[in-house]
Amino acid sequence: MAKVSVSNLSKTYGKGNQAVKPCSFHIADGEFVVLVGPSGCGKSTLLRMIAGLEDITSGELRIGDRVVNDLDPAERDIAMVFQNYALYPHMTVAKNIAYGLKNRGTPAPVIEQKVREAADILNLTEYLDRKPGQLSGGQRQRVAMGRAIVRDPALFLFDEPLSNLDAKLRNQMRIEIRKLQRRLGVTSIYVTHDQVEAMTMADRIFVLNDGRIEQVGTPAEIYHKPASTFVASFMGAPPMNLLPGDYNGNGSVRLNEETTIRIAEPADHKGVVKLGVRPEDVSLAAPDDGVPFQIDVVEELGANRLLHGNLAGHPFTVSVGKESDATPGLAGLRIDPSAIHLFHPEEGRRL
Amino acid sequence: MAVADSYLSVSQTAEPARRKRRGVRLSTIADHAILIAGALFMLVPVYLALTTASHEAVHIQREGLSFGFGDDLVKNFDAALFAKGGFTGAITGTTMLMNSFILGVGFAVGKIVLSMIAAYAIVYFRLRFATFAFWAIFTTILLPLEVRIVPSYEVIQGIGLTNTYTGLIVPLLASATGTFFFRQFFLSVPDELVEAARIDGAGPVKFFIDILVPLSRTMIAAIFIIMFVYGWNQYLWPTLITTEEGLFTLVRGIRQIIQAMAEGSQIPEYGRMMALAIIAMLPPVAIVILFQSWFVKGLVESEK
Repeated sequence: MAKVSVSNLSKTYGKGNQAVKPCSFHIADGEFVVLVGPSGCGKSTLLRMIAGLEDITSGELRIGDRVVNDLDPAERDIAMVFQNYALYPHMTVAKNIAYGLKNRGTPAPVIEQKVREAADILNLTEYLDRKPGQLSGGQRQRVAMGRAIVRDPALFLFDEPLSNLDAKLRNQMRIEIRKLQRRLGVTSIYVTHDQVEAMTMADRIFVLNDGRIEQVGTPAEIYHKPASTFVASFMGAPPMNLLPGDYNGNGSVRLNEETTIRIAEPADHKGVVKLGVRPEDVSLAAPDDGVPFQIDVVEELGANRLLHGNLAGHPFTVSVGKESDATPGLAGLRIDPSAIHLFHPEEGRRL
Repeated sequence: MAVADSYLSVSQTAEPARRKRRGVRLSTIADHAILIAGALFMLVPVYLALTTASHEAVHIQREGLSFGFGDDLVKNFDAALFAKGGFTGAITGTTMLMNSFILGVGFAVGKIVLSMIAAYAIVYFRLRFATFAFWAIFTTILLPLEVRIVPSYEVIQGIGLTNTYTGLIVPLLASATGTFFFRQFFLSVPDELVEAARIDGAGPVKFFIDILVPLSRTMIAAIFIIMFVYGWNQYLWPTLITTEEGLFTLVRGIRQIIQAMAEGSQIPEYGRMMALAIIAMLPPVAIVILFQSWFVKGLVESEK
């Protein structure tokens, strides 16, 4: 167990292509951090640099009290769970789990005991003599976890470990991984492109975009106070509605000739802005009440409904409860002024 | 109307079905005829060799190949295996069998080891000219042994390796085919496996021995079959490199017997020769059968 400190870490590939721009952060002992972002944002590269599978171009990486920049992956005291499990297909489950310990020269009785314990924790005891090919996806992922936990590492690294599982199993494994991490108290870094995984698992989320860390915060902070239009639209499903408008500096934003929306917190920026509203922070009203909203399509999700339509000439989505009887046509919207986010029109940062 | 319709549809479906069944039977007969013809084509010469091997040389000289069994089967096989032959009488069938085995196994094992190591270097290490090296190796496929046989002989003769097993085996070991197959196979091994092994503390040698070699088992089996048979059937190179009869292989020995006898103005020992041909055939067949079961098992399990 250890804290992780990163200062000015960056990765540049051959022809000056900067995959990870210099970034600095600290991860506390026992913390579960999720790196989330679209594909190509550099989250996997960052993780692989921490693992030692990619060279570090510049900056310093500390795991615990050691600078590990130039150490081999095996010497960094880490364990990694891969997307495609990366189990050795010719070895039994027990041998897969034991392989790392064997290479470290751990005495055989100790290995056996540790494998037994890990298998017990992960419900793998009856599968110890099988080969990975005879296991289901979820079981294989548990073997990969077992391989990680027997080593008692200072740091767990997860590289999209659930993306090959079906939806139901994914939910289950998500909870299992989180429980296991709590129980073992091992500092963890988890990479995913799935914002649901990020929201549900993380102590803290790092949102990455284009090789940069856009925002760091608890899931609630990320969701309720997105630092930029990118974060606002990446986190949350359906994403936040973003509309161009004109802020007059004293409490309201004009979307077009007819439509003006009141906001609660004044911002120190006048003129063109991007206005953000989450689909669920809006309530439906009669057509002559509030802001006019043209409903085009109603999507039934069971627990709630999504209304896709048009607000002041821009696409807009509203999420309403299952009791709502909205139908396509003209309606009115009441928007909670305290739920409105304002962003800089070009830079996208929060105002 | 509805009744008539259904009647019509029944008769319509019944007719093609009957025609189809007849068609199936005809095509089955044709298929089997072809298969039987093919099997006979392959088996009859072997059978003829076996029956002919059971006759006396005089009988064969007079009658040619015979379909029936004679009385001398055991005698001829005994002669083929244990009688001393050649000019110097220094070699028996068992010695030749042993020589062929050494050549076949040495050949197959050497080629597999060498080409696996070469492919490992090309695929897993960042070498400056790896691609160039690979294509350089690959182009040697276009240069069969026969093309370079004179210079190869020159070199082996120069370092005094004629009439040695080393001289027989080593010059033929570099295998572009093997390197190519193993390269393709290694490229298909997921990178994640390499990375997992690195995190598990397996260095290059450990990764090769603990992971890559066991993963390649089926590949190794396949290449072993091909290379063993190739080595077993080598004729030109052994002819060139060995002049001592103690080093003769079976494939060469068969010819040696006819030649030696014919020049001695005796009737060639055809029976013994046929027996030797049968013996020469058996080990490759055994190897194929043995490794095939491995090979199929590997395919079915579909690891990786």
